[in-house]
Amino acid sequence: MNLAEQTQSASASPAVPARTASSRVRIQSEPQADPRANGHRSKVAVEAVFEVNDVSVFYGAKKALAGVSLRIPRSRITALIGPSGCGKSTFIRSLNRMNDSVAAFRLEGQVLYHGHDLYASNVDQVEVRRRIGMVFQKPNPFPKSIYDNVAWAPRNLGFRHGLDEQVEKALRGAALWDEVKDRLKDSALGLSGGQQQRLCIARAIAIEPDVLLLDEPASALDPIATASIEDLMHSLKGRFTIVIVTHNMQQAARVADETAFFGLDSSSGEPAGTLIEYADTETIFNRPADPRTRDYVTGRFG
Amino acid sequence: MNVAAFDPAAPLTPSGNLRRRRAFSRLAEYGATVAALFAVAVLAIVIYAVVARGAGALSLDFLFTGTPTGIGPAIAGTALIVAVATALAMPLGVLIALFVTEFAGARVAATSRLTLDLLNGLPSIIIGLFVFGLLVDHHKQSGFAGSVALAIIMLPLIARGSQEVLLLVPGGLREAADALGVSRWRTVLGMILPSALGGILTATVLAVARAAGETAPLILLSSVFDGKQMTLNVGEAMPNIPVSIFQLSEEANPEGFTRAWGASLVLIAFILFASVGARAMHARSRRKMSS
Repeated sequence: MNLAEQTQSASASPAVPARTASSRVRIQSEPQADPRANGHRSKVAVEAVFEVNDVSVFYGAKKALAGVSLRIPRSRITALIGPSGCGKSTFIRSLNRMNDSVAAFRLEGQVLYHGHDLYASNVDQVEVRRRIGMVFQKPNPFPKSIYDNVAWAPRNLGFRHGLDEQVEKALRGAALWDEVKDRLKDSALGLSGGQQQRLCIARAIAIEPDVLLLDEPASALDPIATASIEDLMHSLKGRFTIVIVTHNMQQAARVADETAFFGLDSSSGEPAGTLIEYADTETIFNRPADPRTRDYVTGRFG
Repeated sequence: MNVAAFDPAAPLTPSGNLRRRRAFSRLAEYGATVAALFAVAVLAIVIYAVVARGAGALSLDFLFTGTPTGIGPAIAGTALIVAVATALAMPLGVLIALFVTEFAGARVAATSRLTLDLLNGLPSIIIGLFVFGLLVDHHKQSGFAGSVALAIIMLPLIARGSQEVLLLVPGGLREAADALGVSRWRTVLGMILPSALGGILTATVLAVARAAGETAPLILLSSVFDGKQMTLNVGEAMPNIPVSIFQLSEEANPEGFTRAWGASLVLIAFILFASVGARAMHARSRRKMSS
């Protein structure tokens, strides 16, 4: 993967609003431009990073997620949408084993990552997360300098040479370089919320993971910061496989190639979150097969 | 229940039982204030008594020579005994705190906390007896035995205090570090400990202040000394301030009383400075963490 090209394209246009506008145009025209994205694309044609087979998640006796199966394709953006409490965060956190630290967490079914069982007994969580990075809802920069926030994980992984370049590349990748290049030694806590979140993304991509999981990365941000995060996702596309949880349907429609709609399923007694429909974004928003999906994306709930 | 009728147009001065309720409320407030002032007064009176009677004994000779003119060896001895105790208790206490906050499950953590609280409540004379049986019986008194006893006293203070500040480190930081594929121990060393360092030092200084004045264990473990010479050998009984105060105040000689007060002043000044300094440090590190 050629990182230099990506970072150059990310830093080419200077002003955030302008870039946002242009990228929205680009995403709208993409179905025509990209033949694979046109209409009924066969998902088998694209290599899957995750293959999730009939996964259920329990917290103690409570079933949080029931029978989810889906394939997440490589180098694309997959959005998870749906109302609160239907297991989107639980699902995304199961993809890099962040739930392991939750007491009484239990997972049934199978999560394959490049064909390897993610929950096999010989799998090391640290190795999992080194390849599958995550950015959280609330920006959580370390109480260190901007530079050290980005450099800390690579340093711990043993990168010593060219750390400065690595940090610059990550910050350019997160479209933050121009704003912070003159104050890399300042505390990261002095940045605005949107900048902090982009710093968290820079921190996550500094170790060059394979997959980037974003759990509602823009929900704590104002619309301008949200736009810059979305814009950033377009520039990261292709470099990483991205999975994003969002409450914001327009956001999903703007950024995602594939969209999974989660909802509550009460058919087997106690309601639990489940996957209702999964297809390419255009289908989910324009021709959903399930009436519940249609109600949700058109704003009619229940 | 019926609330007494009132005239909404009446002047807004107390009516009904409001006068009585206000009197009660004021009484409670005064009571609480007096109790708080009482605590301040006790401390002030103790400090005043010690300063008034001990200040006369203070001189360079008093601070730097041995008996009978001064307590120099006792000051050095206390410093050394407490330093060795800190060196024993601090790493262990911080590791215990890390175990409880970062690694233990909920139930084990609760048990560990209870254990530390019970250890904290052990009478110091019992700890002294225990160490006496362990290191002094059939052997001889030593400053090191005193250090071990003081370390046992300091351990729960350091562990509990460190634990409190480790819990203040936001969980989001641990999660963020986990998500970066950094192992837990690396996270502890590179992220959690630096964030909590101020609080851990505070807890340690408070424990030092507490241990510096502990007398009972030292009477058993390090009290047979003449106090004439500086000794820095922790294998022997070492002169120290608390036992010196005890022995001087037992003397028939009124000179000894004055020196006992002087030694008390040295000890209390050290403890006050350490405690106040530790609080200031703590306030600073809290501010840093919450900003």
